[in-house]
Amino acid sequence: MSISKVWVLAESADSKPTSITLELLTFARSLNTEIHAIGWGENVESLSTELGNYGATTLNVVPNVGDSLPGVPVASAIAQAVNSGNGPDLLLIGATYDGRDIAGRLSAKLNVPVLTNVTGLELQDESLVASHSIFGGTQVAKSKFTGNSQPQIFVIRAKTFSAEPSSGSPTNVNSLDPGAMDSTNAAKIVSRHVEERSGPKLDEADIVVSGGRGLSDKSNYSMIEELAKLLKGAPGASRAIVDAGWVPYAYQVGQTGKTVKPTVYIACGISGATQHLVGMKNAKNIIAINKDPEAPIFSVADLGIVGDTQKILPKLIEELKSRL
Amino acid sequence: MNVVVCVKQIPDPAAPGELDPNTNNLRRDGKLIMDDSDSYGVEMGLQLAESAGGGEVTLVSMAPNNETSGLRTALAMGAAKATLISDDALSGSDALSTAKVLAAAIKRSQPDLIIAATESSDGYTGTTPVQVAELLNLPAVTFAKKITVEGSSIKVERQTEAGYDEVTCPLPALVTVTAGVVEPRYPNFKGIMAAKSKPVDDLKVSDLGLTAEEVGSTGARQVVFEVVAAEARQAGEKIVDEGEAHKEVVSFLEKLKLI
Ligand SMILES: Cc1cc2nc3c(=O)[nH]c(=O)nc-3n(C[C@H](O)[C@H](O)[C@H](O)COP(=O)(O)OP(=O)(O)OC[C@H]3O[C@@H](n4cnc5c(N)ncnc54)[C@H](O)[C@@H]3O)c2cc1C
Ligand SMILES: Cc1cc2nc3c(=O)[nH]c(=O)nc-3n(C[C@H](O)[C@H](O)[C@H](O)COP(=O)(O)OP(=O)(O)OC[C@H]3O[C@@H](n4cnc5c(N)ncnc54)[C@H](O)[C@@H]3O)c2cc1C
Repeated sequence: MSISKVWVLAESADSKPTSITLELLTFARSLNTEIHAIGWGENVESLSTELGNYGATTLNVVPNVGDSLPGVPVASAIAQAVNSGNGPDLLLIGATYDGRDIAGRLSAKLNVPVLTNVTGLELQDESLVASHSIFGGTQVAKSKFTGNSQPQIFVIRAKTFSAEPSSGSPTNVNSLDPGAMDSTNAAKIVSRHVEERSGPKLDEADIVVSGGRGLSDKSNYSMIEELAKLLKGAPGASRAIVDAGWVPYAYQVGQTGKTVKPTVYIACGISGATQHLVGMKNAKNIIAINKDPEAPIFSVADLGIVGDTQKILPKLIEELKSRL
Repeated sequence: MNVVVCVKQIPDPAAPGELDPNTNNLRRDGKLIMDDSDSYGVEMGLQLAESAGGGEVTLVSMAPNNETSGLRTALAMGAAKATLISDDALSGSDALSTAKVLAAAIKRSQPDLIIAATESSDGYTGTTPVQVAELLNLPAVTFAKKITVEGSSIKVERQTEAGYDEVTCPLPALVTVTAGVVEPRYPNFKGIMAAKSKPVDDLKVSDLGLTAEEVGSTGARQVVFEVVAAEARQAGEKIVDEGEAHKEVVSFLEKLKLI
């Protein structure tokens, strides 16, 4: 099936498109087709410059999402466009909270399947082939759609593509009617709570410093935060310490957390379970500190240090401070 | 308040996973257990039914070979009964066909609340629950880290990129819960004994008014056609700290011009 129209879900934070959005647009450009973005929310029109710069020609805005969780209104608007013959052949969605909701709703509305957890996508003989990293990233499963599903929906993990601007001009802005919505649209946001975090975002940082159970105590996580700050990086965590309540889930790296691809990933007191490795083993460089010389994390580390985090981290922090 | 909790029965995650070389489906022919991710949903369902002062928890599971051992675990925790859909026609189902089956089974008990995990431990597409909600024409709140019932609606703390949103939603509704949302109870001896005689309703695809074409590998309309080994990463230098290893880290970062 030839692809002539691609839509990319445009999510935003602080009035800017998220990095996954720009990654998906960059990939969409490689298909040499018409690219539309689809967005919602207050001031969404202000994204048109940046979205255009990454290759979108039109921004389809779902109006009046208001306090609703976006899943239902955005999926309804896309379904409406598809059913009236104005929809995309291909829909690219980031593997995010709202992205998954939208993909699930839309799939059931249109009775089309979804390929999820995609970690690679390429055109082979006119059809799109998706890669999925399975069994802790040791194997790659390749999949494709077999029917004539319209549109083809892919939910893609962050960092699958790298974002490159194209110097396109700002997009047109078009309003996309979600139609009448039923009781499925009844979930409403009453208030938003932002957990204060300074420094770069975990999945955008050039350096990520992560801590695991080998830190021994919640209070020692402050060393991870301090180190991340000194290096202008972001602090991360293994699931073990997220589950233990030391840090919020937003810090988790791995299969059920974030995928990161920084220039350097520093793993402190993390064993390197396969589910952790899938989230970070594509970092350009990996440094691991672990007291167990047999820890699996060393099998992916460019610099492995067999030692005690409680001894090494304070010295490292002192050394970096002395250079300020 | 009546709650349906979706319980996926999966191969023990401690054992390495395996694909069937002929179909590229996950192998599920060994013993299956309750997905840990669903133990939180079961606990949440039990707590909400208890605090609402009545009602019961019904489990719904789709699994091969009439597997019930994972369901027995959840029944031992306190769920009242279970529905199991097991049918050879289901082999090779994708998330949407799985959702069609679960939705049809859930519809039979007309619950006030449906709970599932945000994603399973073995397939982890994370789309099935929302597909179920849409098929049942219900609102959904995903990624719940806290749920409270307030009359005929629920208040949910939904995890977000930045923190969490407080969301309200009228019942009936579907909610997905994150790991750690509650502390799942361990089944006690009495619970384990009682679970043996709790009813498990066995259903086939045809009992649900679905056709074999809508589910299984035909219904999936997608195929895993190849599995290849991932590129392995080479280990680099490994040193033992004798008091000065932090300097190695510093020079490593210097070489990359990061400091
Ligand atoms: C379905 C599923 C999904 C999962 N998803 C994720 C995920 O997204 N992310 C994730 O991280 N995990 C995930 N896990 C969990 C994963 O399997 C591991 O349990 C987890 O990553 C372990 O965390 P850890 O390395 O901090 O702890 P541990 O495995 O307990 O390792 C602690 C390490 O610290 C070392 N250590 C101890 N003391 C010191 C010291 N003083 N100095 C230096 N080193 C020390 C030890 O040698 C050990 O290697 C998942 C599991 C499942 C089943
Ligand atoms: C390598 C590989 C890649 C795959 N990729 C895709 C893909 O891209 N798209 C796709 O549609 N399918 C895919 N599948 C198939 C998919 O995993 C299965 O169809 C599965 O039934 C969908 O469930 P899940 O575990 O992914 O569900 P999730 O959506 O992750 O499940 C969330 C929750 O829903 C409930 N639930 C899910 N299944 C059941 C069940 N059987 N019984 C009771 N409750 C349940 C549980 O509470 C569960 O925690 C893939 C399978 C493999 C092996």
